[in-house]
Amino acid sequence: MALSNILETPAAGFNFDNAARNASLEGRLEGGQTPKPLKTGTTIAGVVFKDGVVLGADTRATSGEVVADKMCAKIHYIAPNIYCCGAGTAADTEKTTDLLASNLAIFSLNSGRNPRVVMAVNILQDMLYRYHGQIGANLILGGADCTGNHLYSVGPYGSVNKVPYLTMGSGDLAALGILEDGFRPDLELEKAKELVRLAIHAGIMSDLGSGNNVDICVITKEGADYIRPYQESEYKDDRKMKYRYRPGTTPVLTEKIVPLKLEVVQETVQQMDTA
Amino acid sequence: MNSRGLRSQLKDSVPVAGLCPQGAYGLQDSLRSGFSSVKNELLPSHPLELSEKNFQLNQDKMNMSTLRNIQGLHAPLKLQMEYRAARQIQRLPFLQSSNLALDTLKGSDDVIGFEDILNDPAQSEVMGEPHMMVEYKLGLL
Repeated sequence: MALSNILETPAAGFNFDNAARNASLEGRLEGGQTPKPLKTGTTIAGVVFKDGVVLGADTRATSGEVVADKMCAKIHYIAPNIYCCGAGTAADTEKTTDLLASNLAIFSLNSGRNPRVVMAVNILQDMLYRYHGQIGANLILGGADCTGNHLYSVGPYGSVNKVPYLTMGSGDLAALGILEDGFRPDLELEKAKELVRLAIHAGIMSDLGSGNNVDICVITKEGADYIRPYQESEYKDDRKMKYRYRPGTTPVLTEKIVPLKLEVVQETVQQMDTA
Repeated sequence: MNSRGLRSQLKDSVPVAGLCPQGAYGLQDSLRSGFSSVKNELLPSHPLELSEKNFQLNQDKMNMSTLRNIQGLHAPLKLQMEYRAARQIQRLPFLQSSNLALDTLKGSDDVIGFEDILNDPAQSEVMGEPHMMVEYKLGLL
């Protein structure tokens, strides 16, 4: 390939060189469709209870109409006292939460303080608004810090919502119904876990994009307890992981041996020089 | 994003490197940028392209003007002087400079963003021709 005549080094960050090519390839591939990114098509929920926050999520990741991952981890670590559930495009939620966790870690090393949930929300808001919704990440952030227990939701354009109970994802309406019915202020731990489990279960049963197991994460002043899986799906399949068979499993019916005839065409002798 | 309409979205309102079409031997690179047409040359191909190109510049301008309004002219003046001094400690354009002083002044050594992970210039696939790049930087090209 000849050297391209670039006059300045390419800028770091996102590169839009292929955007025009992708737009013109839209309708032209065989099969009609460009490959779709992996979405999580999810049910995620969060509830503030007396001593902290409970976050819950399902574990199915879909790519179009196929289940791509049955044990996907949707509750991401941000800080020891802050966790984040992510719905939307899987790669976007992963990378955004990773960047957020790194930034908060640098901050707490620099200042010697524990990060607060509002800081995480502000960083996310700035980052998502800068990209005008092109990063498809719908996040529920929950944590327990020195100012109390907080639960926020952040939309892909950077909109923020602060409420005591939240759901997001494609199964959010089913889960929200359960939370609206069962939520009381200052719930106990076990009741809160049961409520979130029911909400996610409703999302799994009523939405095709959510399924498999339920993950729960309980965050209190003492720390975080990430229970994965909290409840396993009743519809587990019983697949063998290895398919090796002993010799002799398949019966031999007939045997025919044909010798391969080789004839000598040419013979040369070369002396080795052992001086 | 902008309320000024199409005019400000035109590529010409931003200095874009490219006296000749990008691509090998100076010909139009059809695979990467599509067939050449006036529209392709002028309008950006992705809604975020222009806003990302100018993002850092715009942030700086906004911060400087806020600083000027709050603290008077001397504050941004002094900061600009320091930035200018730090910007002079760099390698020639085709080599990677660490920009340590500039990063420390701007505070971007404490923050990780997409520009630190994606498209790292130190691992760029294309190499610029050193003479041309220096001439372009000096404005001689």
